[in-house]
Amino acid sequence: MTTTRRRFLKLGGAMLGTLATAALWPLQALAARPDDAFRSKTLTDLEKLLGGKPTESADIDFKTPDIAENGAVVPVSIESNIPGTREIMILVEQNPNPLSAVFVIPDGTRPAVSTRIKVAQTSNLIAVVKADGQLYSATKETKVTLGGCGG
Amino acid sequence: MAGKMRVRARTKNGITEVKALMSHPMETGLRKDTDGNPIPAHHITDVEVKLNDKVVLTAYWGGSVSQNPFLSFEIEGGEADDTLSIMWKDNKGESQTEQVTLK
Repeated sequence: MTTTRRRFLKLGGAMLGTLATAALWPLQALAARPDDAFRSKTLTDLEKLLGGKPTESADIDFKTPDIAENGAVVPVSIESNIPGTREIMILVEQNPNPLSAVFVIPDGTRPAVSTRIKVAQTSNLIAVVKADGQLYSATKETKVTLGGCGG
Repeated sequence: MAGKMRVRARTKNGITEVKALMSHPMETGLRKDTDGNPIPAHHITDVEVKLNDKVVLTAYWGGSVSQNPFLSFEIEGGEADDTLSIMWKDNKGESQTEQVTLK
């Protein structure tokens, strides 16, 4: 098959399209799992990786139990009222690895998630919200009567 | 492989509420068995939810999400016959996808 000029132009156009898409990717929030953040062993190390200490915000509705009888199943729900929320993270300060979950929220999805997490011992639970590149947080303490990581 | 994923999606007043219950051991890798040998990590690392072809939620998880993970969130929109799919992938490369059709 010979490559005609028309075919060649078509191919070039398709390639340009691909390039343009690739260039747009970094604008999207987190396109891959932040493995280093999940490996962090302290809140301080984790905050360094996330890009600083978040600002406490009253615009995050963070629901957690005050007392968890079973630390292996602690229901948490986070709703952000901060405009431009792109990521919601759940941190457990006293867990061996504080970062538990990261949720990436595109346009059209409400910035509200609920899940269940393990809390090893009585700890502060921190909801971190990334909105317009800034970090915000809300903190709640959960007392654990039975640890979430026992044998 | 563990059991099936359960997904429920309900559209009301232009908002679709999604609830999923996945079936997974979610081993942290930090626990030891009764003989004191470490139990290797085995947990979901990535979750992707799509409404038709559009990604509506991406989640990255560590081992501290509870066993048989529960996830709930809401999407703006969603119409009858739209397809909602949830896919998870774990640290051993296993994955599972479940689809539901909106009513």
